Amino acid sequence: MSELPLEAVLFMFLLVVGIVVGRLRNLFGAAMLTGIFSFLSAGLFTLLTAVDVAFTEAAVGAGISTVLFLATLALTDDTERPSERSWLAIGVVSVTGLALFFGTFDMPSFGDPEAPIHKGVGQHYLMHSWDEIGLPNVVTSVLASYRGYDTFGELAVVFTAGIGVLLLLRSKSAVMGAKAKPIPARSRAPYVREMPIVRAVAKVMLPFIMLFALYVQAHGDFGPGGGFQAGVVFAAAFILYGLVWGPRAVQRIAPERLLEGGMAFGLLLYGGVGVAALFAGGTFLDYSAFTPDHPSHGQHWGIFLVELGVGITVSAVMLVIYFVFTARPRPRLPKKRGPLAPPRLTAVPELPVDHSKERPAP
Amino acid sequence: MTLATHWHYWVVIALMMTGLHIVIARRNYVKKLMGLSIFQVSVIMLYVTMGKVEGGTAPVYVMKGEGHDAVPNLEIAYSNPVPHVLMLTAIVVGIATMALGLALVVRIKESYGSVEDDVVIEKDRAEEEALES
Amino acid sequence: MNELKAHFPVLLVVVPLLTAPLLALIRHKHAVRVLALLSALATAVIGWGLVIAAREQVEPLSYHLGGWPPPIGIEYVVSQASAFVVAIVSSIAALGLLLGTRETRREVTGGQQHLFYAAYLLCLAGLLGMAITGDAFNVFVFLEISSLSTYSLVAMGNRRRAFSAAFNYLILGTIGGTFVLIGIGLLYQVTGTLNVADIAQKVQALENLAQDSHNTTLLVAFAFMIVGLGLKLAVFPLHQWLPGAYAEAPAAVSAFLAGTATKVIYFQLLRTTVVFFGAAHVFGALRFGTHVLMPLSIAGMFIGSIAAVYQPTLKRMLAYSSVGQVGYLTLALSFGTEAGVQAGLLHLGAHAVTKAGLFCVVAAIVAGVGSNRIQRLHGLGRRMPIVAFAFVLGGVGLIGVPGTAGFVSKWALLQAAFASEHYLVAGLVLLSSLVAVVYVWRVVEVMYFRAPPVGEKSTPDRMAMVPALVLLGASLLFGLFPDPVVELAADAAHQLFLQPVDVPPVPVGGHG
Repeated sequence: MSELPLEAVLFMFLLVVGIVVGRLRNLFGAAMLTGIFSFLSAGLFTLLTAVDVAFTEAAVGAGISTVLFLATLALTDDTERPSERSWLAIGVVSVTGLALFFGTFDMPSFGDPEAPIHKGVGQHYLMHSWDEIGLPNVVTSVLASYRGYDTFGELAVVFTAGIGVLLLLRSKSAVMGAKAKPIPARSRAPYVREMPIVRAVAKVMLPFIMLFALYVQAHGDFGPGGGFQAGVVFAAAFILYGLVWGPRAVQRIAPERLLEGGMAFGLLLYGGVGVAALFAGGTFLDYSAFTPDHPSHGQHWGIFLVELGVGITVSAVMLVIYFVFTARPRPRLPKKRGPLAPPRLTAVPELPVDHSKERPAP
Repeated sequence: MTLATHWHYWVVIALMMTGLHIVIARRNYVKKLMGLSIFQVSVIMLYVTMGKVEGGTAPVYVMKGEGHDAVPNLEIAYSNPVPHVLMLTAIVVGIATMALGLALVVRIKESYGSVEDDVVIEKDRAEEEALES
Repeated sequence: MNELKAHFPVLLVVVPLLTAPLLALIRHKHAVRVLALLSALATAVIGWGLVIAAREQVEPLSYHLGGWPPPIGIEYVVSQASAFVVAIVSSIAALGLLLGTRETRREVTGGQQHLFYAAYLLCLAGLLGMAITGDAFNVFVFLEISSLSTYSLVAMGNRRRAFSAAFNYLILGTIGGTFVLIGIGLLYQVTGTLNVADIAQKVQALENLAQDSHNTTLLVAFAFMIVGLGLKLAVFPLHQWLPGAYAEAPAAVSAFLAGTATKVIYFQLLRTTVVFFGAAHVFGALRFGTHVLMPLSIAGMFIGSIAAVYQPTLKRMLAYSSVGQVGYLTLALSFGTEAGVQAGLLHLGAHAVTKAGLFCVVAAIVAGVGSNRIQRLHGLGRRMPIVAFAFVLGGVGLIGVPGTAGFVSKWALLQAAFASEHYLVAGLVLLSSLVAVVYVWRVVEVMYFRAPPVGEKSTPDRMAMVPALVLLGASLLFGLFPDPVVELAADAAHQLFLQPVDVPPVPVGGHG
């Protein structure tokens, strides 16, 4: 197995990172390491041929999750207080770990093709999905059709999170109908916005990121990809824009109302396809009912529509969550600077800039 | 059962326990959520290691033939697609939980002034005593 | 109409699930409340319709989602037991909605009602989906839908403690959910399938082969699922999150959750032990019932009830009482017999109705007096006589006085204990019921035997009393006319214990 050394190295890194995250009291560093943990996992998943999972983990775990942690840290303390040894934790972890270790005794060897897990439904999907559905990416066939109801539930989970975060963090002023207070000067990001390199690169990358998202959405039938990954990447483009130019700028092109509508619309689209199948004479989400003579055509249409619904809701929810975190007013008290805090960012000295030729800010 | 055949599972278990330890042992809420994230990703790793077939490629058909007559090559080994599908869902559930958890942490910080477990519990206790008297 | 009835299993979940995004789109304060109520009512109607349909045949109803036959696709299975559970859950959900946005944060009442109701309906959809699904992983997905919406709903209570209670619940609940996920994964690794009936068959085949030695992976899978579910069910000693969550949540949420969330998880526990892994194996060979579940249940029964005596507020008292009641539920299961499961189902219904009703009464008390602190309730019997009386009704239901549903279920529990010759346990059940008398009497004494403070006004709250009286009335109804429900529970328990229906081998080619 020529991949063995690489797997071993990745696992080793993962273990070290995991342990350090626990011990590091500088939360900014810990957040970045958590992102690195996800990123290394994505690499590991690729080695283990779980390409769809790797893609999603990279986008969601290493991407969105890290952004959220950093956004939270900006609103809370960035250093952790020291904690004593917890005997409860050691006890629970030992018992649980030993139990799991014990459970591996009767597990099949890693990669064993004769294991029962590979003789069950998994085999049916591999053997028959081409005839029944006709897509090269078997994961998409399973995700969007065979187990499409699970994915519907999953989309509902995303929607639930969006609603929950809105309930928790939408600022009182926005809710009460008053015009949103301007973001306090201290928290605007003049530092980032005025760096010409960052601006230039971001501007160049944004359209490609969005194009890539659309590609992933459409191409999920043929390779790794699909609604979730596409939604996250699409939102990432806007988040990048927001990181450089400030949330204000993003609000102008993607107002919150539109996003909330998008959140709901995607889920309704998915459910709508399911209900339409009921009217067409099948059961919920039975796409073949749309085209009884050519069942796989109906499958293609159904999968296309539901994946679209997924992409819309996921990107809307990710953006809504980003908005709501960044629009939250920063604490007015000066944060206590612990000994391990990262150095305060200082403003870049003013470079002589010729304002006459500059285009108005986006 | 030997080290060679099972070591993947054992490392994954170690990773899971690392994450779980952080969740239980650390007092800072943000740190707890980081531990939770590590724990959940490790569980995903467990499923993925279960789905791997030796010599198998990603569960995307390798086609043989040309154009409209292309059919999937079913002679070669593919990894099991089911754990992958399940784990896509698990990743999404994980980020949803994380987002909610972090939103709660922000509100806790605003209301209590701290995101350390012992401080919050102490403030609750003091408030309860004041109400009782 | 028959066409529609055939789709009831999926509509049960889809109706609330799709109403939620609709609510998010419509923002009008009153329209969303009406729409939510209509949706919940429709769901309740479907739920009861399923009870009728499930009683008409011996085998559970089966619905193939996506048109794919199990185990290729996901299956919804409506057994008599699950129909019973979903009917109760959806009815309580509809009634809880009548409490509206009482006791929620200002942000909610100030303009986010549509999101609050959306979360409520999502929680309902999650619970219902979990109850009737016949696919192991689908259980996890809908469990998480209900859990995530619960965390947000609990956090909407109007004290800052709602946030810390919700966070604590989130951490412990997610650990529980992840344990369940680990268990499902290990189970899948051993069996190769995710369909419940298929799993049951394969597991049984393995157990028959194994005789004395147990497949360790299977054993550990079982352990993780049980612990995960136990965390979510607040089984002692994993109950620590429940008092905070129930006490700090807004009125509608406490009433809804107290009556539904633990019940559905309990039902899942029932299915995991009896169906997934086989009652004979779990309670026989593994001796899980007598050696693990029984002692923990007894501990929970006493610790919950005793702690309830010392709580300063009604909500906390009722929350700890719930921990005790969960003890009864798991005790009923621990006998491992049909009689035990029957008692468990009966107690599930009785406690759901009684506790939800009591939380509605507390909502009325808070609206009228401004607090649910027991010290502030002096003379409530005179200030708000109907409300006080309703509380007494609920209290006697908790104790298990004859004439209430609580008595019917406790009686069934005692019968099941005798049938398995656990006489000491039966005695302990009676003893802990006496503890319930103490904490109920404590409130009654303050309400009726202390003079009301001079000059304090109490505005009665009619709206909150409607669901309270309906639920407590139901408790009385089934206490006085128990036979139909007892028979339903007996049939439901029997059906759960039946051998798994033969699942056809994985079909070769062709659609469904």
